[in-house]
Amino acid sequence: MIGHRVPDRDGAAVSTPITISVDGEPIEARVGQSLAAALIAAGTVAWRTTPRARRPRGAFCAMGVCFDCLVVVNGRHDVRACQHRVAAGDVVESSPWPDGRVSDGGDRG
Amino acid sequence: MVTSAHVWSIDSDGVHVMVGEADGEGRESRCYRAAAVVLATGAHDRVLPVPGWDLPGVYSAGGGQALAKGEGVAIGRRVVVAGTGPFLLPVASSLLDAGCAVAGVFEAGRAGHLMRRWTVRPWELLGQPAKVLELGRYGSTLARRRVRYATGCAVTAIHGGQRVEAVTVSRLDASWAPRPGVGETLDVDAVCLGFGFSPRVELALAAGCRLDDRHFVMVDAQQRTSVPSVFAAGEITGIGGVDLALCEGTIAGHVAAGGRGDDSVLRVERRRRKVLRAFASRLQGAHAIGPKWTDWLNDDTVVCRCEEVDVARLRSVVETSESLSLRSLMLQSRAGLGSCQARICGRTVEELLLRTIPSHRLVGEGSIDRRPIASPVRLGEIAQSRAFEVEG
Repeated sequence: MIGHRVPDRDGAAVSTPITISVDGEPIEARVGQSLAAALIAAGTVAWRTTPRARRPRGAFCAMGVCFDCLVVVNGRHDVRACQHRVAAGDVVESSPWPDGRVSDGGDRG
Repeated sequence: MVTSAHVWSIDSDGVHVMVGEADGEGRESRCYRAAAVVLATGAHDRVLPVPGWDLPGVYSAGGGQALAKGEGVAIGRRVVVAGTGPFLLPVASSLLDAGCAVAGVFEAGRAGHLMRRWTVRPWELLGQPAKVLELGRYGSTLARRRVRYATGCAVTAIHGGQRVEAVTVSRLDASWAPRPGVGETLDVDAVCLGFGFSPRVELALAAGCRLDDRHFVMVDAQQRTSVPSVFAAGEITGIGGVDLALCEGTIAGHVAAGGRGDDSVLRVERRRRKVLRAFASRLQGAHAIGPKWTDWLNDDTVVCRCEEVDVARLRSVVETSESLSLRSLMLQSRAGLGSCQARICGRTVEELLLRTIPSHRLVGEGSIDRRPIASPVRLGEIAQSRAFEVEG
């Protein structure tokens, strides 16, 4: 199944479950997990809408290079979900721009 | 040892570092002046665009590896791995470990070509038992799990509405042009793509280091760059894997700290470096990108993911502009100017522009790697930092 988290193979204790909020919904994550991994494990593959074509995006490189996975975390904009380590009580908002608005308002012709 | 430290710039004042959470706010700004610097900034996957590669569920091969192996998360129920290079094998193996079904591993290089390039100077392979065994282990894992491995094949289209639903796999000719009409559709919900690696050379460029014609940092036998106080090790000097990087790093560190490169304590590292470099160049030759990969692009295939610039837009800018300047063509098309600063698409944009321009000449080629700010910094952090104070 998608997002299934494998238990550590050598039997080490699986890290503690915590709850974070994503667009108002609680999801379970684990201490030390990246936010991108927590979202994918919870079955979410897209959490950003592109400004121009309004296409869904999620993680792509998962190593901080592509900036596709940007989210708002605890009110802080432009956080790479793959670089943010989740902490209990994190409040994540997936789309910084309400529907119908374009990020930069610019006409790129 | 400073952890959670992000080097964002190197200039004549020194090495500028933000200490704190990645993408944080109000991090501590530090500037280090050092007699010597060793750069080991690594590389990230090169991913060639494919129609639909911007759909959620498509990951770079390294991304799939990071999520599967690093975090134990399955990125899909049924996944395909495609591209070129031996790295596809450990990625597939990690996906299996994380609980994904792997619908196939598709290597674009054709079997005959791979076999010839892999087995040139076979006596050299005898000196690399560890490397050969490692690849053999991945191969046998895939065989045991009955994962399909095909050469001369590529994912040439990715389909789906809001996420990946299927892929088209096509057979390729020797130049990587898809053979017409023989595509096969596979239902999958995730895709990993990797076509080798791009070195992260922005800090080396900022430090003034010279690059070779393949955009890697040039180093001498002591791992010293063209700037005498700056050393480089690992993937930024050539793609070679962790074992080679460790040898190079040991040598670089020893010399940077005042030792001699020909010191007898480095004898093992020097020998291993030589052997591992030979292995790396063997792979480089075997898994070079074929020139006709562009045949699988459509007009509306996204090239620059950040700025959502497609193939047609890039072409129309070339057609309507008389400029041969890479910078100017990027500014007009917006390709490579988004958040990732052309880290993902830069090489591709450069290649597509070069092919589209009638003279196949571009002014400022290679400068696409120049990024004065190497990792994200908030304006407020710069304002609060002492980075721009001039010391008396």
